[in-house]
Amino acid sequence: MDLASLFSLLSFGPDGWGMRFVEGLVVTVEVSVSAYLVSLILGLIGASAKLSSSKIARGIADIYTTLVRALPELLLLLLIYFSGADAIKFVLSLISEDFEDFEVDPFAAAVAALGFIGGAYMTEVMRGAILSIPNGQIEAAKASGMSRFLTLRRVILPQMLRYALPGMGNLWLSATKDSSLISVLGNTQDLLFMGYRASAVTKHYGFFYSVAAILFLAITVISMIVIRLLEARLNRGYK
Amino acid sequence: MDESLSFFLSIAPTLLAAVPVTLTLTFFSALIGNSLAVPVAVASLSPNPLLRYPSAFYIFVMRGTPLLAQTYLIYYGLGELLPGTWVQKSFLWPYLRDGFWYAIFAFSLNTAGYTGEILRGAIMAVPKGEIEAARAYGFSKSLIFWRVTLPRAIQICLPTMTGETILLLKATSLASLITVWEVMGTARQIQKVTFRVYEPLIAAGLLYIIMVFILTRLMMIVERRINRHRLAPV
Repeated sequence: MDLASLFSLLSFGPDGWGMRFVEGLVVTVEVSVSAYLVSLILGLIGASAKLSSSKIARGIADIYTTLVRALPELLLLLLIYFSGADAIKFVLSLISEDFEDFEVDPFAAAVAALGFIGGAYMTEVMRGAILSIPNGQIEAAKASGMSRFLTLRRVILPQMLRYALPGMGNLWLSATKDSSLISVLGNTQDLLFMGYRASAVTKHYGFFYSVAAILFLAITVISMIVIRLLEARLNRGYK
Repeated sequence: MDESLSFFLSIAPTLLAAVPVTLTLTFFSALIGNSLAVPVAVASLSPNPLLRYPSAFYIFVMRGTPLLAQTYLIYYGLGELLPGTWVQKSFLWPYLRDGFWYAIFAFSLNTAGYTGEILRGAIMAVPKGEIEAARAYGFSKSLIFWRVTLPRAIQICLPTMTGETILLLKATSLASLITVWEVMGTARQIQKVTFRVYEPLIAAGLLYIIMVFILTRLMMIVERRINRHRLAPV
């Protein structure tokens, strides 16, 4: 098969795979963004726990980050995916018997699992960023009579962002790539899943996996440009 | 609880038998990948644009696409190309049908990209004075590289490479998706046969934690040995 007819397989018409790949791209971005938001929340909670004076909070956060970082992402994804679905079903079955055939939305379960994994790495990034804020700044806030919450909102969070951004950018790039793992869960319609479908149907494996890889590369390129712009903006006071 | 424990014990031998597969995948991918990282890093620092740009592009592609996509591309893509060529008739063919070698190939290329970038930074971080000192002693260019620049660069980036090796160990679980029965693949196989969802995954998770722990300890010994001249004499 020559190249021209290979590319005709990618057309946007009803016979082509072009539109399916665009849909896959959208799903991959949606899953990545949602999982990233979950990981930001978990990261903030985790970092606060690690820096708190409570031994229990520190212990739980340590177990969380150590476990997630020692286990393969694929294993965690499957474990959380299955257990999350079972847990929700169990809770629903306690409420009423009407939920017998309730199916957990695979999208939500996948997002929860990916967010949980990313949250552990985010915890470390945010912990490091909070520690890089000069102590004098926090003392100055205290001396000005700011409450703890105000200090967090006005002093710690805005400055932390500047230190955390390189790590957060890397984690965003990981999130987009890790989102490809959800294709093993079955009918997920994400970018890699589309590559899998298209190549299984047409038997042009090399071509369609390359298409999927190039689209992932496009996400990476655009993300890198945005991250660079954000970094320039956050560092504008330090030139 | 008792029943669960006996189930764990019953699947333990099968899972343990898969540990060497995971370790071999990790070892060979790390060995080949880290060796390939040296020319990648050197090329990316070369003044020659014909070396520098391809190397930078290679690093960019390896770091910019998911490892799973790379693995599928190599496994299915080469699986589509190779049959019908001379390779099918060669003595290598029985090996080339096995997902194991494709997995090592994919993980090595990926590692070469990631470590290549790390090594590039480390080579740039080697103090200038040390290279000047070697030059003053009349070391040739290649001798400077092998005796001064590379060993010092490895010493500088060793902690990062420890982290990368652990990531690689975890990434070998993706080989289960191209029919390699390492720890993860075996756990999923047990899942299908026994209809148990959690126990096989939890048991596999425990094995990964133990492997990561041992690997971390081993790398600490290597780090201490490489930095032994800095430690206070006992």
